[in-house]
Amino acid sequence: MTKLRLLLTASAVALALGAATSAQAARGSDGELKILYWQAVSILNPYLSGGTKDLHGSSMVIEPLARYDEKGNMVPKLVDEIPTIENGGVSKDLKSITWKLSKGIKWSDGTDFTADDVVFTADYCLAPDGGCQQRAYFSDVTKVEAIDPLTVKITFGVPKPFPYGPFVGSQSPILQKAQFKDCMGAKAPECTDANFHPHGTGPFRVTEFKPNDVISFEANPYYRVADEPHFATAVLKGGGDAASAARAVLETGEYDYAWNLQVEPEILAQMAQAGKGVIVSSFGTQVERLEVNPYDASAAAGDARSTKQAGPNPALSDPAVRKALSIAIDRDLLVEAGYGEAGKATCNFVPAPDIYASTANDWCLKQDIASANKLLDDAGWVMGSDGVRTKGDARLSLIFQTSTNSVRQGSQALIKQMWQQIGVETELRNTDPSVFFGGDPASPDTFQKFYSDIEMYTNNFDGTDPEKYLAGRMCDKIPSPENGWLGENISRYCDPAYDKLAAKLAGTGKLADRAKIAKEMNDMLIEAGTMIPLIHRGDVSARAATLDGVRMNSWDSQLWNVASWSRKK
Amino acid sequence: MLNYTLRRLMFAIPTLLVISFIIFALLDLAPNDPTGNLPLTIPPEVREQIRQSLGLGDPFLIRYAKWLHQFFVNEPLNILSQITGADIFESADRLRIRSWATRSPVVDLIVQRMPQTLWVVGMSYVVGILIAIPIGIISAHKQYSIFDQLGTFISMVGFSVPTFFTGVLLIVIFSVKLHWFPSIYDTNHEVTDWSSFVFQIRQMFLPVMVLALYNTSQISRFVRASMLENLNQDYVRTARAKGVKEKTILLVHVLRNSLIPVVTVIALGVPTVFSGAIITEQIFRVNGLGQLLITSIQGGDIPVVQTLTFIFAVLIVLFNLIADVLYGILDPRIRYD
Repeated sequence: MTKLRLLLTASAVALALGAATSAQAARGSDGELKILYWQAVSILNPYLSGGTKDLHGSSMVIEPLARYDEKGNMVPKLVDEIPTIENGGVSKDLKSITWKLSKGIKWSDGTDFTADDVVFTADYCLAPDGGCQQRAYFSDVTKVEAIDPLTVKITFGVPKPFPYGPFVGSQSPILQKAQFKDCMGAKAPECTDANFHPHGTGPFRVTEFKPNDVISFEANPYYRVADEPHFATAVLKGGGDAASAARAVLETGEYDYAWNLQVEPEILAQMAQAGKGVIVSSFGTQVERLEVNPYDASAAAGDARSTKQAGPNPALSDPAVRKALSIAIDRDLLVEAGYGEAGKATCNFVPAPDIYASTANDWCLKQDIASANKLLDDAGWVMGSDGVRTKGDARLSLIFQTSTNSVRQGSQALIKQMWQQIGVETELRNTDPSVFFGGDPASPDTFQKFYSDIEMYTNNFDGTDPEKYLAGRMCDKIPSPENGWLGENISRYCDPAYDKLAAKLAGTGKLADRAKIAKEMNDMLIEAGTMIPLIHRGDVSARAATLDGVRMNSWDSQLWNVASWSRKK
Repeated sequence: MLNYTLRRLMFAIPTLLVISFIIFALLDLAPNDPTGNLPLTIPPEVREQIRQSLGLGDPFLIRYAKWLHQFFVNEPLNILSQITGADIFESADRLRIRSWATRSPVVDLIVQRMPQTLWVVGMSYVVGILIAIPIGIISAHKQYSIFDQLGTFISMVGFSVPTFFTGVLLIVIFSVKLHWFPSIYDTNHEVTDWSSFVFQIRQMFLPVMVLALYNTSQISRFVRASMLENLNQDYVRTARAKGVKEKTILLVHVLRNSLIPVVTVIALGVPTVFSGAIITEQIFRVNGLGQLLITSIQGGDIPVVQTLTFIFAVLIVLFNLIADVLYGILDPRIRYD
């Protein structure tokens, strides 16, 4: 009897084991996935919060029509193919795009996903008083209509050579009409339950949401891929700091994935030696740069400070000075000290995708103190007895501002030393990030006001098309008291030829031509010395050694393919 | 006594109003912005629309009046209708104080965070008191003994070494090297049986110990000082002359009298339990009220900061009153009327 039972149990165990290995890819077979974001997710509605952490959290639940993969290519999600001019999805005049939705997609509550939901999402974001944070994705959209239950047509007021703004990428996913229909405009924030538990078409659905703390997910039973997601449940925990998040994956193994580990490279490498996890990185379009103020930023200029009325900057209006400052910097050293795997030296405003990345400015990659000194000598800047160059009344003494952040303060100190070698004196300042990037017009310390000579920060563009990003350097985008200091042209660059190119880019449809114009614009900015690019910054995360399928992505949410993540057997 | 209490409560109302105004004004003057932490790819004009939708377009006094109305009228009414279960006050239409980051009612956030904070920070307070009192008694009884010297040394260390150091140190030793305790607190964990209870104790252990070290150091010094003061009193000499046992003198006569000021100190410390432990909660990801406060400050989430700090102010005023009343009850020599 006991023998028989033993035999039965043994065969049952064998069967179970066999089933487990053969069903390796079955939905929900891999248990729980534990993700750690040291900035906790506040809300799962990206239209009400554009914070990166919130976009990533929501990407596990709600999806756009198409996403970007880790190489920056668009991949269809809720559609069968990406509309282009060739397949007739984009009209010849570049003013409309028609998306054909895939058949049979269901929301996580079991109802059908239709074109009405897509139309509703556009209405939701465009509703007045809603404070929609992704409005920029719907710029120039005049009409979004459902041709039939599976066809959506988006019409633009102007020709859009790159019509993939709305509903592409983690910033503009589709919301369910049935759930959000009473949440339009000013009522949007009041739908707490919908904002915390959105119905989605993605691989997971929310079971419990604790704002700014932890989210619990379960596999969405209606997900369109039968064997995905491989994990039955997931938790997304938040809080703490980057270093301890890295430790939880790399050293203690408590978590499977930790996001955005801005930690000193040597500390990270040391943690990785424990062998429990692997550091992963990828590069998008982030560039840490120095913005160069062409106008007088001294307090003596009064209200006109840092505007055209203040007059030219005594030192930085000289092109020789701007070039010398750039080649005096050892970018590789900055990378080594502060960024490690998450950085590489760059001389471009647009560093990626590859077709847009120019090579014309690579002269800046190598530090050359001698040439920098010679440039300044030739331009008439005379070295003084105190080691600082002067020319007439002007003195090469700069105020260098950035946001408070240990890596940035480290870079500041290094750059100060490098510039000392060419007779430039630097006064370092740092401002709390929520003030520096806050844009409060009453504060003198915002990066738009630019009450300093040099500013260092990072900016990038979402998706893969740099048109809008490049257009941010046009004359009418200069922040000034007249426009309430709003505007992206921080370095106050203004060249009619550049504006003309920007207009040309906006009307060009062919990718190769667009790339050519974009490169030309990039080179103009760098040649003019309006900014000094330093580092092409990547994203660094860590995954557990047992976690398979992570394809680190800087073009979309890092959790973009969480459905196909699995546990190594 | 009752009269006195009522009088103090009346005084508390204008005090709290002034406090709430000062907090609101300070937060308004502070140069941070709710859109400051958003990605730079969100263009400036969209940011301006976001600010308007958050109500930042209104003048300062109107925003303050709105907050007052929401805090003192809408939220209590809401709690009332939740308790009674009846929707007699049309709570659905009432404007509630909403966080700018999560867009959910601030009071709900606070209610959600309260258990973690009370469990971890409250427990550390209790543990701290339980350790501190015996240490204080023995230290005073055997003043300048080795135990007293060691106690003094440890309290100095506990008092002066910051929790962000002790916290990380304990994580490195007990989580990374020894794997005894988790370094991350699981706020979803529910205690249902013995093993889940053990897990709860394990995950609470490190943060509670870090905070208890600090609390113990503080309170044990008070107990020791208070005991020493009483040990030199005439009644102690009388008791000894009568031949009362030293144990009885120490634990019955002296301890009871010495605890009067200690009770006051402990009562005054209770509001700090509610305000959470900002640093320790961050390190262990306990995500209680302290973590809520710090993330809201960083994110420029003014409604949350305003409401939380004001609730702390209420608790401080309240526990000051409780301490005074307790003093009167414990020490018959003290009368307020």
